[in-house]
Amino acid sequence: MLLEGKDLSFRYHHGPWLFREIDVAIRSGEVVGLLGQNGCGKTTLGRILAGYDNPIKGKVLMNGLPLPRHGYCPVQMIFQHPERAVNPRWRLSKTITEGWVPDNDLLEKFNVRKEWLDRWPNELSGGELQRICIVRALGPQTRFLIADEITAMLDAITQARIFHSLLQIVRERNLGMLVISHDRHLIKRICDRIIFWENLVH
Amino acid sequence: MAILEVENLSVSFLRYTGMFKQQTIRVIEDLHLSINKGEMMAVVGASGSGKSLLAHAILGILPENAQMSGMIRYCGETLDPVKQAALRGREIAFVPQSVNSLDPLMRVGAQVRMTAKGKDPIAKQREVFQRYRLPENVERMYPFQLSGGMARKVLLATATVSDAQVIVADEPTSGMHADDVKEALQQLKKLTNQGCAVLLITHDVEAALETAHRVAVFFAGTIVEIAPSADFSGDGERLRHPYSRALWSALPQNKFMPISGVQPHPNEVREGCLFAEHCPLTTIDCKNKRPEMRELREGMVRCHHAT
Repeated sequence: MLLEGKDLSFRYHHGPWLFREIDVAIRSGEVVGLLGQNGCGKTTLGRILAGYDNPIKGKVLMNGLPLPRHGYCPVQMIFQHPERAVNPRWRLSKTITEGWVPDNDLLEKFNVRKEWLDRWPNELSGGELQRICIVRALGPQTRFLIADEITAMLDAITQARIFHSLLQIVRERNLGMLVISHDRHLIKRICDRIIFWENLVH
Repeated sequence: MAILEVENLSVSFLRYTGMFKQQTIRVIEDLHLSINKGEMMAVVGASGSGKSLLAHAILGILPENAQMSGMIRYCGETLDPVKQAALRGREIAFVPQSVNSLDPLMRVGAQVRMTAKGKDPIAKQREVFQRYRLPENVERMYPFQLSGGMARKVLLATATVSDAQVIVADEPTSGMHADDVKEALQQLKKLTNQGCAVLLITHDVEAALETAHRVAVFFAGTIVEIAPSADFSGDGERLRHPYSRALWSALPQNKFMPISGVQPHPNEVREGCLFAEHCPLTTIDCKNKRPEMRELREGMVRCHHAT
């Protein structure tokens, strides 16, 4: 499978262009890193690839077809700030089953404890919430993952543990993953291929 | 000379588990820390281990359902809530972790000028924005118009323009690009040359080591080791605590090896060493007796086996 962004251009309102006519492609089974300065538009590109925003020009195609506009999106994004990616008024049991119902194996793999699910989002730490968000994004229909600085707020041991589990699942299910980060060491360690933002926008 | 001392600090929360059932959760336990004038100390460790609460305890901004015990001294004087409120933002500045701490209805330039001391706050604010490489038009922006990294720089700028003696910075660089992280930390370090003490709470071990004089390693609600930055090198053989070594080898530029298991949850009953479950050196002693903080090779450690 192939996820492509073709000729993508984007700007907010009438502001300056964040990027113009860029092409990106990710294949199934491939872990691609995206490195760049902050404020350069990495997250926006991720949002467009996951179908959250529409590009001003260009299109996003999966296997040559546009992303479905209804139902489960096969491109799932995991955000930098998990506390902003969950509904604060929902118990986490509702949040985690938003798209699908994860089994115990997966919960255990990401060290999600049963008792967390009875709680509210503000009762968990960032790392704990992030693990819930990752599980939420790993439904059986997921084909591609966009991981936007998902461990930027976590300590090294938690980061290593999360990526070990995540990479294992990505390999098992032959998913494609785009890892957005500013951490060179991390990107070098886990990615098969690296895209430098500077080269992308020429 | 120690400008800020924390002794036997414990913080616990009361949580409702049912209609009438309450539960006490201890999040910081028996923590010791002292930081000198002109020193930058980094606090690194697991997320959810209570690092931010340490900052909140020092500033006196813990939530209402928190109970605190122990002693915090500033310049030899014991702090109480009244004194903390008087010093906050003047002598002791805080760089909060959440970028939501900015006032959403105020232009960021004006927010920074509010804390600026001296005759010309505008000039001071512009100078500091320039140092943090924030474009000139940023001062007229509202927080929602900033990217995450820019918002962090604004928060840092706010602490930099105040004439504080102690700066407590809670994850001031997360989400920033590597060059900016370096720049921002250098700015903080510069303040230490003028006698300011900086407590840098971060999970970015690499950045912490580059700038801080000493590093305190936090695990499960307490500090398990305080070491000079230079001890974090090679395979970590000079580190004193097994958790510090695990943290060091989990970095992507080292072995990227996670340890198994999770840190004990604060509401579990805990006896003995908190790291015993994951530790390669565990003996029967570790399970029964909680190790005390002791001095060792120009640092401190909380482990029975450290040599």
